[in-house]
Amino acid sequence: MTMRGANRPFCRFGLSFFIILLLPAYLCGQESIAPPSKVVAYDFKYDRGEAVELSWQLSPDDKGNGSISGYEIYRAEDPLDSFISIGFVSAGTSSYRDKSVYKGQSYRYQVATSSDGHLYFSEISAAVVPRMELINWNLLNLFIIGLFLCGSVIFFISHATRGKKLFIRKIAGLEAIDEAIGRATEMGRPILFVPGINDMDDVQTIAGITLLGRVAKVVADYDIRINMPVSRSLVMTTARETIREAYMGAGRPDAYSDDMVNYITDEQFGYVAAVDGIMVRQKPATCFYLGAFFAESLILAETGNSIGAIQIAGTAQPAQLPFFVAACDYTLIGEELFAASAYLSNEPKQLGSLKGQDMGKLLAMIVIILGVLAATVSQMGGGQFFTDIHQFLSNIFTVQN
Amino acid sequence: MKRQVPVIITFIVGAVLIVSVFFPPAERLGENFSVFFDIIAVFAFFLGGGNLIRIHGNKIYRRQKDWAFSAVTLTGFIVMLAAGLFKIANPNGITGDVAATGSLFQTLYYNIFYPLGSTMYALLAFYVASASYRAFRAKNKEATILLIAAFIILLGRTPLGVYATGWVPESFSLLQIPNLAIWIMSSPNLAGQRAIMIGIALGVISMSLRLILGVERTYLGVDNE
Repeated sequence: MTMRGANRPFCRFGLSFFIILLLPAYLCGQESIAPPSKVVAYDFKYDRGEAVELSWQLSPDDKGNGSISGYEIYRAEDPLDSFISIGFVSAGTSSYRDKSVYKGQSYRYQVATSSDGHLYFSEISAAVVPRMELINWNLLNLFIIGLFLCGSVIFFISHATRGKKLFIRKIAGLEAIDEAIGRATEMGRPILFVPGINDMDDVQTIAGITLLGRVAKVVADYDIRINMPVSRSLVMTTARETIREAYMGAGRPDAYSDDMVNYITDEQFGYVAAVDGIMVRQKPATCFYLGAFFAESLILAETGNSIGAIQIAGTAQPAQLPFFVAACDYTLIGEELFAASAYLSNEPKQLGSLKGQDMGKLLAMIVIILGVLAATVSQMGGGQFFTDIHQFLSNIFTVQN
Repeated sequence: MKRQVPVIITFIVGAVLIVSVFFPPAERLGENFSVFFDIIAVFAFFLGGGNLIRIHGNKIYRRQKDWAFSAVTLTGFIVMLAAGLFKIANPNGITGDVAATGSLFQTLYYNIFYPLGSTMYALLAFYVASASYRAFRAKNKEATILLIAAFIILLGRTPLGVYATGWVPESFSLLQIPNLAIWIMSSPNLAGQRAIMIGIALGVISMSLRLILGVERTYLGVDNE
């Protein structure tokens, strides 16, 4: 009794405090959260009609202080369906790309501010119908550049076919291939060919395999052993076919064996361990690393270096090039890997394609020089004209999505 | 015929993939070709596995040189394959996730395979040291420039670099080693990398065209006529 009676004034005070101070504050707090405004839904341009872009103006209460947890996105199929939640974005985000729509179906959207488990809904957006466009006009610049490059490659191929002499600079790494194979012949040791760790859907691997065809032909002529451990089954079958044809072309089909190409594993470091083991045990006189390489590049090249092999590498992975340059005797840098087969073939058609490629470089050089000049003049107060030129030249090589 | 069919297939696939970039209605076709490739790759995996068993099985059977390594390879392959295929020790039985906690597959992966992979990767540190030693010897003018650039970058990433040139006044801040290191990385180095990237992009276009047009047929084992 005494206890309850003693507590009564305190309880009364607590209740009054809650009613007078906290409840209005609580109610005010709830009312003060504003929903986002100006919700606009529009068809995502130049796709197959499979996306709708949604944008809105942030809630005025979205001030980055944690009072708003994010925005819940609701969608309804126009006109009958009810709204269902299709996604959530964090506070401070004012756009959303809905990729779960169907072409031709009409949709309406609503965005709700989420705060402390409560939702504050915006107005419903206007209806939007995703449609498929026939041409992606965003890539027009890319299309024109591509057309120019393809045109110049085809032009120089036909130019070369007509018997015109083309100058192609010497590539040291390719000049050394015969020397490297000759060395292996003299030493009576095998040749190791590593085509990288990517599959046949990588153009670097294809470039490596085209070079393998050239190397295998010389190997067949010299009657030495070639060993090609691979990390992809498709590369194995392609490489076998390439070497078999090279041996047949050299008139020595009997010397070919399927065991020249053997599959090891798809796993990057498992493959590296196996190839390192092969190198240390078989001590090949020449190692070729031509294809796509990653962290394994230096491990392979340094092991090859430690056994005294002459090494020729080539990759289009810019991050791995310094490792190959440091550890190998010759390195085909980027484009040289792709030019290698054409260069070695010495055929007018193929050399013509290299000349066409040079036109692309010329275009790039012109655009870079003009861009640098325009940017410099613009920075020095040259006026809007140079700023526009600079912007235009920057946009030429920008892919918009 | 044997040589014409691959060239025709290459042309069709290549042309469709190019068209699919610029024409949204053809996008799906391009995606389908990627799926076809994955399906073919799955079948090719059987060829790879078969080849592994045949080559190493032969080596063991004939007691060829270093056959013990082949035995290790085959044992690893078969044990891992069985553990994954039959879901040995999987708490949810044969219907459970292949990498479920407690399964033999997961145990082997985390206790043998993963540490071995990490060990190989860790070797890279030693190889970087030996390669750097060779690359940074000032044998000629280019190697000397490389050595100086590498020295500045290495020093710029350490507290010593900050301390050594901290006294340089703000108006000459570019001469402070950390700033110099940033400048080397973001200007000459980046310019060189971009030049390589442009060359690679052009090389890819040129090579792709040669393949699509059938000018390059070495990958078919055929010299171009």
